[in-house]
Amino acid sequence: MHDKTVTQLAAALASGELSSRELTSHFLQRIEKADGQLNSFITVTAEQALSQAEAADKARADGKAGKLTGIPLALKDIFCTQGVKTSCGSKMLDNFLAPYDATVVEKLSAAGTISLGKTNMDEFAMGSSNENSHYGAVKNPWDLAAVPGGSSGGSAAAVAAGLVPAAMGTDTGGSIRQPAAFCGITGLKPTYGRVSRYGMIAYASSLDQAGPMARTAEDCAHLMNVIAGHDVRDSTSVARGVPDYTETLNAPLSGLKIGLPKEYFGDGLDPEVEKAVREAVKVYESLGATVREVSLPHTHYAIPAYYVIAPAEASSNLSRYDGVRFGHRCDAPTDLIDLYTRSRAEGFGEEVKRRILIGTHTLSEGFFDAYYTKAQKVRRLIRQDFLDAFEDVDVLMGPASPTPAFDLGAKKDPVSMYLQDIYTIAVNLAGIPGISVPAGFAGGRPVGLQILGTHFAEAQLLNVAHQFQQATDWHLQLPAFAEENA
Amino acid sequence: MQWETVIGLEVHVQLATRSKIFSGASTAFGAEPNTQACAVDLGLPGVLPVLNEQAVAMAVQFGLAVHAEIPEVSVFDRKNYFYPDLPKGYQTSQMYHPIVGAGDVEITLDDNTTKRIRIHHAHLEEDAGKSLHEDFHGMTGIDLNRAGTPLLEIVSEPDMRSAKEAAAYLKAIHSIVTYLGISDGNMAEGSMRCDVNVSVRPKGQEAFGTRAEIKNVNSFRFVERAIAFEVERQIELIEDGGKVVQETRLFDPERDETRSMRTKEEANDYRYFPCPDLLPVVLDQAYLDHLRNQLPELPADKRARFQNELGLSAYDANVLSASREMAEFFEEVHRVCGDAKQAANWVQGELSGALNRENLSIQNSPVSAQQLGELIRRVLDDTINGKAAKQVFQALWNGQGESADAVIEAKGLKQVTDTGAIEAMIDQVIAESPAQVAQYRDSEPEKRGKMIGYFVGQVMKASRGTANPQQVNGLLKEKLDALL
Amino acid sequence: MALEESHVRRAAHLARLAVSDDQASGFVDDLSRILDMVDQLQSLDTEGVAPLAHPLDATQRLRADEVTETNQRDTFQRCAPAVENGLYLVPRVVE
Repeated sequence: MHDKTVTQLAAALASGELSSRELTSHFLQRIEKADGQLNSFITVTAEQALSQAEAADKARADGKAGKLTGIPLALKDIFCTQGVKTSCGSKMLDNFLAPYDATVVEKLSAAGTISLGKTNMDEFAMGSSNENSHYGAVKNPWDLAAVPGGSSGGSAAAVAAGLVPAAMGTDTGGSIRQPAAFCGITGLKPTYGRVSRYGMIAYASSLDQAGPMARTAEDCAHLMNVIAGHDVRDSTSVARGVPDYTETLNAPLSGLKIGLPKEYFGDGLDPEVEKAVREAVKVYESLGATVREVSLPHTHYAIPAYYVIAPAEASSNLSRYDGVRFGHRCDAPTDLIDLYTRSRAEGFGEEVKRRILIGTHTLSEGFFDAYYTKAQKVRRLIRQDFLDAFEDVDVLMGPASPTPAFDLGAKKDPVSMYLQDIYTIAVNLAGIPGISVPAGFAGGRPVGLQILGTHFAEAQLLNVAHQFQQATDWHLQLPAFAEENA
Repeated sequence: MQWETVIGLEVHVQLATRSKIFSGASTAFGAEPNTQACAVDLGLPGVLPVLNEQAVAMAVQFGLAVHAEIPEVSVFDRKNYFYPDLPKGYQTSQMYHPIVGAGDVEITLDDNTTKRIRIHHAHLEEDAGKSLHEDFHGMTGIDLNRAGTPLLEIVSEPDMRSAKEAAAYLKAIHSIVTYLGISDGNMAEGSMRCDVNVSVRPKGQEAFGTRAEIKNVNSFRFVERAIAFEVERQIELIEDGGKVVQETRLFDPERDETRSMRTKEEANDYRYFPCPDLLPVVLDQAYLDHLRNQLPELPADKRARFQNELGLSAYDANVLSASREMAEFFEEVHRVCGDAKQAANWVQGELSGALNRENLSIQNSPVSAQQLGELIRRVLDDTINGKAAKQVFQALWNGQGESADAVIEAKGLKQVTDTGAIEAMIDQVIAESPAQVAQYRDSEPEKRGKMIGYFVGQVMKASRGTANPQQVNGLLKEKLDALL
Repeated sequence: MALEESHVRRAAHLARLAVSDDQASGFVDDLSRILDMVDQLQSLDTEGVAPLAHPLDATQRLRADEVTETNQRDTFQRCAPAVENGLYLVPRVVE
C-alpha cells in the first residue's frame, strides 16, 4: 500500500477494496516502525487519525464520501491544529497546543482526509536542510547520511519513505521544492495568495505559501482542489476562481514553449544534476514542446534580496513570542526585560536568532533604505524578469537545486547553506508558482526538475509535470529504505 | 523677556465601530478582562488581520470634514516595539502613507473670534491593551480587550499659541467626531486621548524651541492645566540658564504637574516597514463622493448658519453648535416654535440650568425638544405669560403632563387677556388697599412708577399669575391716575 | 557596510534577545558574512524603480463591521504561561 499514489488509494477506497481504517493503521504502523530512523514526525496523532478514519469509513458507507475521504496525510508542523501540539520546529512552541485549526487544515478535514500527525521542519521554516529543528535533524530515506532538504524536510522524507501518501508543506524560498527534489517526490509551491496562510505560522508573510507534496503531480492536483481558494481571514489570499486542477492534467504538450534560463545552468551546478535536467527537457521535446534559452538577468540578486526581506519580516513576525500569552517562558523572570530576553534566547535556536538579528539590523534607523527599500526595488526587477520571460515562453525549466542532497552536517556556514536556494528563491520574490518533479539521480540521490509558470498557472504546471510522469518513471522509484521497512 | 508658547496636539480617537479594526471581536467597553480578545487580537501564531470597512469609512469622513486631501492609496505599516499590552510586538499603524492628508479645523476662542489650526495628517492604527498594576503578587495583569480597537490619530501642526487654544482645538475635534458619529468622544472611558507637544520661544523668534511631549492628557481641563504647568516650567528653566530637553513627560492631575517619564527605552527605534499581511487600501473617487454626500452639517457650518440665517449672536451660535446633540435639540425646538432667539434663550437658560443642576446631558433631558418648542409657542401666541411658562416647564420636567397645552389646561394657566376681567381684579385690589392708594396719591409723580409694582403684584396674585402683565400694567396706571 | 559588535548588541536589545559575549562575537562573524553577501545589492542600479512589497498588485479587501467572535478566553488561556483572574501576568511594569 505504501507505494501507491493518493489517486490509486482513493480508487481503492472508493471500490471498497480497502477501508480508511486499514489504510490509516497501515501507515501508522510504518511510521511506528521506521520513523525512529528518519525523525520525520514531531507528533503522531494515531488515536485521532484512527477515529477520523472510522468517521471517513462511515461517511463512505452513508454515501457521503468525497474524492479524498479517508486518505491519510501529514501536516508540516507549521499548520495550527486545534488541540494538537503545533511547534513550528521550535522549543519556543514545544508546549503550544494550538487553540484553532488553520484554514488549510479545516479544508483538508472537511474533505475527509485523515491527519496522521505533524512533520518535522527547520525551526520557523528557516533552513534548507532540516538540521535547524529543535526536534533533531531529519534523514533522507534515499541515504540516511544525507539531509532531506528543508524546511519541509519531514513532509518530504515521510512521503519518500512511504510513511504517508502525501503531506502538506510550505515554501518561503524553496522549502517545498528543494526537499521534494532531495527526496525524489513531487512538490508544488502555488502562486502567492492562491492558498490561505491563515493558521500557517508566519516566517516571511509576503513570501510564505502552502502547497502539496506527494508522489505525483496528479496527487498534487487532487490536493490543490481541496486547499486552493480565497479565504476571508487572509487579506493576501486571492479572490479568483479555482479550476479543477485534475481536468487539464492530460492536455497535450505539443507546441508548449519551454524556456531554459541560462542563469540556472551556470557555475556551481552539479554536472550530473545538469545532465538529468537536460535529459528531462529532451523528454519534453519528444512530447512536442519547443525549447529555447531565456535570461533572468537579476537571478544573482535574488538571494541577497531575500536575505533582507525575509529576515526583516521574520524579525517582526517573531516578536509575538515573548513569553506572555503562549509559548516558552523562562523560569522566574526578575523583570520584564529579563522575561523577554531570556524567554526568547532560550526558546529560539541559532538560525532563528541570526535571522531575527539580521532583520532587526536591516530595518533599524540608518540602514532601512540601504537594505530594505533597496531589496524591495530589486524584488520588482526580479519579478519583471519572470514576467518578461513569460511573454515569450509558457514555462521555465531548470534544476530545483544546484546539487543533490548533501550530507548531514556538511554545510556549517550559513551563507553556503543560503546559496543552495539559488534556483528557488526568486520564485517566492516574484510570487509565481513552481513545481519540482523527480527527474533522475545524481550520485544515487534524487534530482528534481523545477518547472515555473506565471502567476496562477498551477493547472498548467500540473499538466506539464503530469505529462512528464506519464512518459517517465522516476517518480515511481522508491528508496530501499521504504521497502526494508515495509 | 516675552515668551511665546507653541503647541501641537496628537489626538487619538477611538472609532465607534462594532468590531475591531482587524478582527471580528467586539469593541464594547467594560467587559470582563480578555473576554473580547480573540485569536487575532492576541496575536496567536498564524493569525492574520483583515481590515474593517467601517474604520476606513470613519477615517475618511473625518478627513472630508476637515477639508483634508484623501490620497488614493494608503498603506499600513508595522511599528515594532515590545510591551506587554502590545500582543504582536508591533502596532499596525500608518507611517508613510496615512489615510488622511493635510487639512484644517476652525476653532472658536473665548472672545468669539476664530482661528484655523492646520492638521498635518490623520492615520488609522490599532489600540493596545491595558496593564493593571494593582498587586498580583508583585506582578502586572494584562487585559487585551482594548487591543485592536480602531484609533484615528489626528496630528496637528504646531499652530496653537496658548493652553486655551489647545483646549479649543481639542473641543473642536471632539465636536467634529461626535457630529460625524465616528466616536462617542467619551474622554473618561479613554475614547479620546491626547498627547501634547509644548515648547516656548522668545516672542518674535522664528525657530521653535525644544519641545516636551506630555502623554495621555485625558480631559479638556487637564490639557489647559498640563500646558500651563509645562509652559511655566520651561520658561523658568530657561530663565534660570537651563535647557529644555526633548523628552516625554506625564501629567499628574493630582499634583497638577508634569514629570519626566523614566525613558521607556534609551533610544526608540520602531523599525517601521509596510505590513506584509495587509495590502494597500485604494479608495476611488466614487467612494469619496458617496461619503461626502452623507456628511452631516458640521459644527463650523452650523455655527455660521445659526449666526447668518437665524440671527443668533456669535456666542449663542457657538454654544448651541458645540455638540451635535445640543444643536439637534435646539433646531427641533426652533422648528416647533418658529422663533430662533426664543428657542436659543430657553435652551441655554431654563433647560441648560435644569440639566446642570441634575447633572444630565441633553440627550437625557426629561423635557423633549417638541415639548419645549410647544411651550415657547404658547408664550409667543400669548396663551401664557412668562411666569406661567416657567411653571409649565417645571411641570413638564417633573413629568406632570404630556405637553405644554395639557399642563396649561390642567393648571388653569391660560393667560387672562379679557379687559373686563382684569379691570374687575384691579378694582378689587384698589378697594382692598386704601393705605397704598393713599401713599400713591401723595407721592411725587416720578416715584409713582415704582409704587405701581405693588399693585401689579397683587393683581397677578389674584389672577394666580395668569393675567397678562402688560395689560395689568396699563390698566392699573389708568385707574390709579384717575384717582389723583 | 561593515558590521560592528555594537550593531549586533543594539539589534539584540531591540529584538529582546539575551546574547552572551561569546555568542555576540559569533553573531558578528555570521552576520558580517551574510551582510557581505547582501551588499551585492548595492552594485545594482535601481534608480526609478518602485519598491515592491507584495508579489501581486492586489489591493486590500475590507471586512464588514460585524462582531463574529465569541469569548474563548478559557481556551486561549490554556496555553498561557501565567494567568490570574483572566489576566495575563508579567513581572511588574514600572511606569
